Amino acid sequence: MPELAGKIFKINGPVVELENIPPSLRMFDMVRVGDILLIGEVVKLNNEHAFVQVYEDTTSLKPGDPVYTEGVPLFVELGPGLLTNIYDGIQRPLEEIKEKEGFFISRGVSVPALNRSKKWHFHPLVKKDNEVKEGQIIGEVDETSTIKHKIMIPPGINGILKNIIHEGDYSIDEKIALIKTENSETGIFMYQKWPVRKRRPYKEKTPVEEPLITGQRVIDTLFPVAKGGCVAVPGPFGAGKTVVQHQLAKWSDAEIVIFIGCGERGNEMTDVLLSFPKLIDPHTGKPLLERTVLIANTSNMPVAAREASIYTGITIAEYYRDMGYDVALMADSTSRWAEALREMSGRLEEMPLEEGFPAYLPARLAEFYERAGKVKTLSDTLGSVSVIASISPPGGDFSEPVTTHTKRFIRCFWALDKDLAYSRHFPSISWIDSYSEYVDDLKEWWHKNIDSSWLAFRNIIIDLLGKEQRLLQVVKLVGSDVLPESEKLILEICNVFKNAFLQQSAFDETDAFSSAKKQFLMLKSIIYFYTKSESIVKKGVSVNEIRNLPVYQELMRMKSKYSENQLDQFDKLIEKIDADMKELGV
Amino acid sequence: MKEYNLKEYIGVNEIKGPLLIIRNIHNVGYNEMVEVVDEYGNSRIGMILESGKGYAVVQVLGGTTGLSLGNSKIRFIEKPLLMGVSEEMLGRVFNGLGQPIDNLPSPSYEEELDVNGLAINPTARVYPENNIETGISSIDIMNTLVRGQKLPIFSGSGLPHDMVASQITRQAKVKGESFCIIFAAMGVKYDTARFFIDSFEQSGVLERVAIFLSLADSPSIERILTPRMALTLAEHLAFKKNIHVLVIMTDMSNYCEALRELSSIRGEIPARKGYPGYLYSDLASLYERAGLIRGINGSITQIPILTMPNDDITHPIPDLTGYITEGQIVQDRELHSKGIYPPIAVLPSLSRLMKDNIGKNKSREDHPSVSSQLFASYARVKDVRALASIVGEEELSEIDRLYLKFGDAFEQKFLKQDYYERRTFEQGLDLGWKILSILPKEELIRVKEEELKKYYKNQAENIKDEVPIK
Ligand SMILES: Nc1ncnc2c1ncn2[C@@H]1O[C@H](COP(=O)(O)OP(=O)(O)OP(=O)(O)O)[C@@H](O)[C@H]1O
Ligand SMILES: [Mg+2]
Repeated sequence: MPELAGKIFKINGPVVELENIPPSLRMFDMVRVGDILLIGEVVKLNNEHAFVQVYEDTTSLKPGDPVYTEGVPLFVELGPGLLTNIYDGIQRPLEEIKEKEGFFISRGVSVPALNRSKKWHFHPLVKKDNEVKEGQIIGEVDETSTIKHKIMIPPGINGILKNIIHEGDYSIDEKIALIKTENSETGIFMYQKWPVRKRRPYKEKTPVEEPLITGQRVIDTLFPVAKGGCVAVPGPFGAGKTVVQHQLAKWSDAEIVIFIGCGERGNEMTDVLLSFPKLIDPHTGKPLLERTVLIANTSNMPVAAREASIYTGITIAEYYRDMGYDVALMADSTSRWAEALREMSGRLEEMPLEEGFPAYLPARLAEFYERAGKVKTLSDTLGSVSVIASISPPGGDFSEPVTTHTKRFIRCFWALDKDLAYSRHFPSISWIDSYSEYVDDLKEWWHKNIDSSWLAFRNIIIDLLGKEQRLLQVVKLVGSDVLPESEKLILEICNVFKNAFLQQSAFDETDAFSSAKKQFLMLKSIIYFYTKSESIVKKGVSVNEIRNLPVYQELMRMKSKYSENQLDQFDKLIEKIDADMKELGV
Repeated sequence: MKEYNLKEYIGVNEIKGPLLIIRNIHNVGYNEMVEVVDEYGNSRIGMILESGKGYAVVQVLGGTTGLSLGNSKIRFIEKPLLMGVSEEMLGRVFNGLGQPIDNLPSPSYEEELDVNGLAINPTARVYPENNIETGISSIDIMNTLVRGQKLPIFSGSGLPHDMVASQITRQAKVKGESFCIIFAAMGVKYDTARFFIDSFEQSGVLERVAIFLSLADSPSIERILTPRMALTLAEHLAFKKNIHVLVIMTDMSNYCEALRELSSIRGEIPARKGYPGYLYSDLASLYERAGLIRGINGSITQIPILTMPNDDITHPIPDLTGYITEGQIVQDRELHSKGIYPPIAVLPSLSRLMKDNIGKNKSREDHPSVSSQLFASYARVKDVRALASIVGEEELSEIDRLYLKFGDAFEQKFLKQDYYERRTFEQGLDLGWKILSILPKEELIRVKEEELKKYYKNQAENIKDEVPIK
């Protein structure tokens, strides 16, 4: 039995106050509360009392009940078996809990995060007697059919590899290597433990330069995010935050995806769990679940574990980054995390600031976003963690604390718009309120890999959307009939762009994902249509006549009509534009 | 309720609204049940909200009226709040604390369950996959209800949310399968309860309904328990008895107010408009008790009803509800005053489970595009109407005038239907096409070309004339 950390003095929801604490008890130590050993964490020490946030329901705990300390901070287990798994906020495997406990999640269940009996085929990469350093990759395991799990030396361990096991099948509890360090010997296993609240070390941060291709046109073309970047996705309920995140989890070209359902719906996690094994990753041809780790701390699960879920997720993300992977982490929703923080803070009777949130909210947000980025790892490879975080502002008002503070730490902002969602224009990412500061970092990639006119075309359309805004102010007052044809054309082209390009159905098989190439070709077709129309409008053709051209309908339907293996159709589309315009006789 | 090994005390130290503070006691379990008996022998139940060394804060669910400092008897039951449940409870009427009030003997119970329930393991859930045809087009075609969904009605005072809810229950009877209704009333007037009971009776389902009434004249604190009782029974029936359960809870706003009252008495720091910061989690602990479980035939579908204070959808109650539920059906005062029943504002309404549960083999292949097109076109109507009110209808372009016609037809023919009218998916979709055909084909870019060929009405001229234009 571990060491006593005191006796319960008071229970107030998920916060338990302890008395008779030993002087050795430290902040953030992991503790076991009561006779059923609920998991908790020390969050405040004060006047010989300790305050513990408990990750499970505290019903029936009594003053006087014992509390034990594990002597270490809250940690996660990192090793093969993470992928395809679904965990709760403190990394308890939900499938296994179900096998053990049934349909409902009860308390005090203790199941290790990584399966101890499963054998993994270990393939050593380093010979014995070599010098090895922290972070170095000494072996590999095929964790899934697509992902090689690199077995790394945990941070802080350097020395001579005294022994390494032969290639073969081992469980994670078997020692695979022995390292002679300066003053002792350390056994290495296929997994390591890491405290969730501490970022994992790397050599240095490096500049971002490659886009995370999401397959979502409004994102990749208008508001792109870099591999290693941070995005916030705020929006009122039902605006499409979760669907955007699901789309990215499905179609983005990240190698590893960590999806955290933080205080959201149970059914949404079930949806991912049931659909991902059936969906095929367009980049690897394998089921999407093979690159995915799910963390589900739904809205009705304990609120303290919700607070921890974000850290559990980002620690796992950093771990795969350290192997040299590009990791995308989706956190849905960071507002629920902030609210958990607020609830804990309230129970600890701390001084609240705006809307009841504690003064350290911005610091915690900063700490979290700082863990994203592209880095040179300890083993000198490049890896990245991109963070896509949704925000659920009360009343959809973006001036609230979580949104405003988050904005300071991110460089890309996809503002979801209620009116777009009401008219079922999805993704409802507003082209007016959203921004991406990554465009400059990423334009080289587009120019090199797709087409050198990418930025120019993008700017034309951004410019048109800006003009449309001003024109709409006029139209609102006097109608569009009074506008000159050239301005009517701008409205029409924006209309085409919004309907044919920006709007993208997540549920249409062809439309759900557009490659960078296809996006560019669609953009190019619209711009071509615009410049052609512009010149014939100058010669007296009306916008109405242009609208009635058959190619107009073709343009409007190109997104779902031309699949990824029919991209040559876009050449024909350009020809059709020429031909139809000729028909108008100018 | 069974007798347990009881520890009793006489006298409390403080009474604050529904809260009791009791000192100099043994250490008691957090969140456990307490029985409080006044000097006349009337008993109420309570729960331990905070437990400290030698003291406890108790919330008395039956209210504290009539309790005295000196003579109140406190019994600590040493169990969380349990409730007996059984299928026999169908056809019965209970008060907000689960005691029968229909003058019939107490039903016998098959098991006792903790009213707080437990979270369903997400790996044990089944994603809902059967739509429910309610016969109401603004729901079926635009915001389809799905078995196992939690779909609230956001309403305003004086709007016919009760009628809509009862029309749904009357028309949505699941054929041939075992189903039942649990009705929980929190803080509503007797008339409202009576209306529902009559309508259950009228559609011949009353013996399959369990009713929990915590009416406006009961202590508001009781409302905190009522929905939990209803949902506990629902879980027993759905997951132990394989019954499809529909839970109607009205009015969630009263529930939230009771929570606010309690929170302010406890001196907690509020988040917005005086509501506690944990309102989201608290509501989630109710709304998430819906859905389906793998390998079990039953299901829980929830239709909570709430009135939006000042018709404000951004008010914390509808706002937090919308963030938890799988969509919402929003009622609109303007439609109501135009005489349109059901006055469902389709644009702000949403069914998140619709996407996977309509289309080929579910309703009809054109359903996804038709609804999407109706949304897009009707959203445009709003802009055109705003413009028309400034420049006048005559100044509108020809196409804008068609949008006005479309808008009126959509409201008068599609949204509007009789309280007893039941339209099938097929009929609703056909009607949708008829109205979309007011617009030129070229406008309908959200429907597929094949669908246009198949369903677009070329005799559009005919209906254009039959649609009344104001
Ligand atoms: N890209 C899309 N294509 C089609 N439909 C979409 C798309 N995005 C969102 N939707 C529709 O909008 C609904 C709501 O989206 P979603 O659940 O993502 O909202 P949300 O912003 O996460 O809301 P909440 O904050 O309440 O969780 C979806 O159920 C779906 O019907
Ligand atoms: Mg969501």
